Amino acid sequence: MSVTLNINGTRRDFDGDPDTPLLWVIRDELGLTGTKYGCGIAQCGACTVHVDGQTLRSCSAPVSAVAGRQVTTIEGLASRTAKAVQKAWVDLDVVQCGYCQSGQIMSATALLEKKPKPSDTDIDRAMAGNICRCATYQRIRAAIHAASAQLAG
Amino acid sequence: MSSSVKARLLIIVLAGTTGSLAVAEDLRGPETFASITNQSERSRALFVEAGRVLQHPRCVNCHPVGERPTQGNDAHPHSPLVVRGPDDKGAIGLRCTTCHQNANYEPSRVPGHPLWHVAPKSMAWQTKSLGQICEQIKDPRRNGGKTLAAIHEHMAHDSLVGWGWMPGANREPAPGTQAQLGALIAAWIESGAACPVL
Repeated sequence: MSVTLNINGTRRDFDGDPDTPLLWVIRDELGLTGTKYGCGIAQCGACTVHVDGQTLRSCSAPVSAVAGRQVTTIEGLASRTAKAVQKAWVDLDVVQCGYCQSGQIMSATALLEKKPKPSDTDIDRAMAGNICRCATYQRIRAAIHAASAQLAG
Repeated sequence: MSSSVKARLLIIVLAGTTGSLAVAEDLRGPETFASITNQSERSRALFVEAGRVLQHPRCVNCHPVGERPTQGNDAHPHSPLVVRGPDDKGAIGLRCTTCHQNANYEPSRVPGHPLWHVAPKSMAWQTKSLGQICEQIKDPRRNGGKTLAAIHEHMAHDSLVGWGWMPGANREPAPGTQAQLGALIAAWIESGAACPVL
């Protein structure tokens, strides 16, 4: 059975089991490996993508759930907000091992798209589902504030 | 070996390989309480039986008093840390739908339903006695302006309530069936909707 997807603005067809996790399709079928497999049970956030602008854990959603919807992966993240987040990540040297960071950036961007001037509490609540084994949480929070300031300026 | 013995052995083997099988407890029907002649006492008894559903983890986990729902039969805090947010559907950037889709998803064991959300604070059940829950359910100021008929409709037919009997991933379902809960609530209302002592 075929599922038609819109990934990063491009129409893609997936011919397989519609119950396949979206993450498998993104990584194994489409070769977009920036989105990471972490836990497979929606506990870590490494597989976060955007669907119609909202965060979604792609390990825990069947590919059929996003048929006809706009899916954005880390490779397709290009909005003004996303660029501010990416710049802040580089400026503050947020990344340590980096494995979780595409998921962190996806969640941070989704937060700032909806709330351009988030408080620490807003950040903590939006990012609570994104785990970082290197514990870069303080730099992540600082970088979100920095991106917010950049967007406001 | 007889076929019945083989079937029992198969069940034992399956139980050993998949962990304990979650099975719904029975729920007694309204007829069980017909012998209680005092109407108020019968009404209270009916609600106590319905309360076995209302206070079951599949229901009460998403009726939190505070900001965070709970999970599991031990009602541990939801993991990851999530909050009800301004609309009871999560925080900005970490919505319920970030993880919960339109249906249970067995590959990751994440439950789902199109209307997934936590109950409003006015309908918090955790830490409440059954009597307090009963009074709250009847109070239109706290129950979303519902009449008793609307309460019955909600309990008997709401599909998110119905998730409690189809929780997926070997979670223990709520006792009985949604139809049995509906029958108990109907009989409770018909008998005067009396509440257990607080």
